[in-house]
Amino acid sequence: MNTLTNRAKQVNRSPMTFLESIYLWEIFKGMFITFKHMFKKQPTIHFPEQTRPYSRVFRGLHVLNRDEEGRERCTACGLCAVACPAEAITMEAAERLPEEEHLYREEKYAAKYEINMLRCIFCGLCEEACPKDAIYLSETFAPANYNRKNFIYNKQDLLIPNPTTETELLAKAKGETK
Amino acid sequence: MTVLTIDWILLIEKLALIIIIIFASLGIALYTTFAERKVAAILQDRPGPNRAGPFGILQPLADGVKMFTKEEIIPTHANKWLFILGPGLAMVASLMTCAVIPWGGTIELFERKINLQVADVNIAILYIFAVVSLGIYGIMIGGWASNNKFSLMAVLRAASQAISYELAMGLSLIAVLMITGTLSLGEMVKQQQAGYWNIVYQPLGFLIFFICALAECNRTPFDLPEAESELNFGYHQEYSSMKLGFYLFAEYINMIMSSAVMATLYFGGYDIPFVDDAKLFTSIGNWAALIQVAVILTKIVIFIFVFMWIRWTIPRFRYDQLMNLGWKKMIPLALFNMLITAFIVLLKHNGWKF
Repeated sequence: MNTLTNRAKQVNRSPMTFLESIYLWEIFKGMFITFKHMFKKQPTIHFPEQTRPYSRVFRGLHVLNRDEEGRERCTACGLCAVACPAEAITMEAAERLPEEEHLYREEKYAAKYEINMLRCIFCGLCEEACPKDAIYLSETFAPANYNRKNFIYNKQDLLIPNPTTETELLAKAKGETK
Repeated sequence: MTVLTIDWILLIEKLALIIIIIFASLGIALYTTFAERKVAAILQDRPGPNRAGPFGILQPLADGVKMFTKEEIIPTHANKWLFILGPGLAMVASLMTCAVIPWGGTIELFERKINLQVADVNIAILYIFAVVSLGIYGIMIGGWASNNKFSLMAVLRAASQAISYELAMGLSLIAVLMITGTLSLGEMVKQQQAGYWNIVYQPLGFLIFFICALAECNRTPFDLPEAESELNFGYHQEYSSMKLGFYLFAEYINMIMSSAVMATLYFGGYDIPFVDDAKLFTSIGNWAALIQVAVILTKIVIFIFVFMWIRWTIPRFRYDQLMNLGWKKMIPLALFNMLITAFIVLLKHNGWKF
């Protein structure tokens, strides 16, 4: 029969000699191989202490952005909720009062903004849909929790620290300081 | 008038020794489980358990707590008493072996000479064989009482394996007995201290004894009784909680004891290599005995490492291969070894010089 490749090997089916049949030599060979592995470098990444670097385009936990003056960018247009294939985003809009101009960038803002992290599929379509650069997917992922309720992230969980007042926290979130 | 005088101090002394030895062997067994996981990890290029304490040193304690707190299940159709007796018997049988192993020379305390051997019986090696054979009862009773066909199959395998390998083990042992001319382990160690270790005279015998010891301990490649992939963990399938812990523990204690027996029979027991022990005793006294204990423990640790190294290198034998190896290879080799040894011993008796 013609072989497809030239790598085919004839299997030796001759009966074992006595020395072969007590397996000792083969076992010694195997033990030598495992012995060599004692001195090999472990490829393990010790997870909580060491982490694998994420890609620049990694789609992790969402953040709600603020502008340079620390005002929330979100205007509660609802485009992210529409774009979301998993229907994980809900929000309630409210009108900005005159004395709240330092808090919200646009005249309308999200009074309530929730993402259900159990529904979210981390596709990043909300990020693409947003006309105000308000929602981004960060490089961390949702941590485990004991309670389903705690997987619904509200605005406090999602908003980034204020760049004018909470500079330290922001630097920490960006991973610039430890 | 005293009809029966009891040397109370001797009794207390032996009791203390028994307690120390039993707790020491339990402690070593505890850490052998940890060592097993670490050795497996290192041979497979991974770090192994390293979360509980520095380098995972508290892992055995965590395992123990886990074992104790798990639910205790006795199957409805199991024979309850035998089901409980099984693990207990396995544990007792494996712990009984340590009574006759000489752990060191003599210590002088309060003007008494304390022999670091619980019972220096003159038929120590026979005693060990008897107790080791009892160990299989623990497994058999446990497997039978489980009322589970996998467990029953496993104990059938265990029994046949133990019988076939004990034969070769005994035959390889006879050669040693012919050389030393004694059944007492203490006497054997003293002879090896004076001359060479028995491994020099009995390399083939040691190899056979070692392979059979692997089979007796149900270690890979002879772990057919507990074959996970074929028999769902074999005889301890129905066991949970500390009863399972006892079985696993008994296996590790068996390992320690067979290592100790091998060290005593073939590697000079507590004999410190390249050092004249008698001279050491006159110079540093009791410390020499402690060094001897450390030496036999080191030998045991090396043996246990080899056991683990083998376990994580080779797969399990098939049942027919096991029987072929036992009856067609090991027993003829052991017989051959015995006859050659007998021949040479006979020649020596008749005044031949080598």
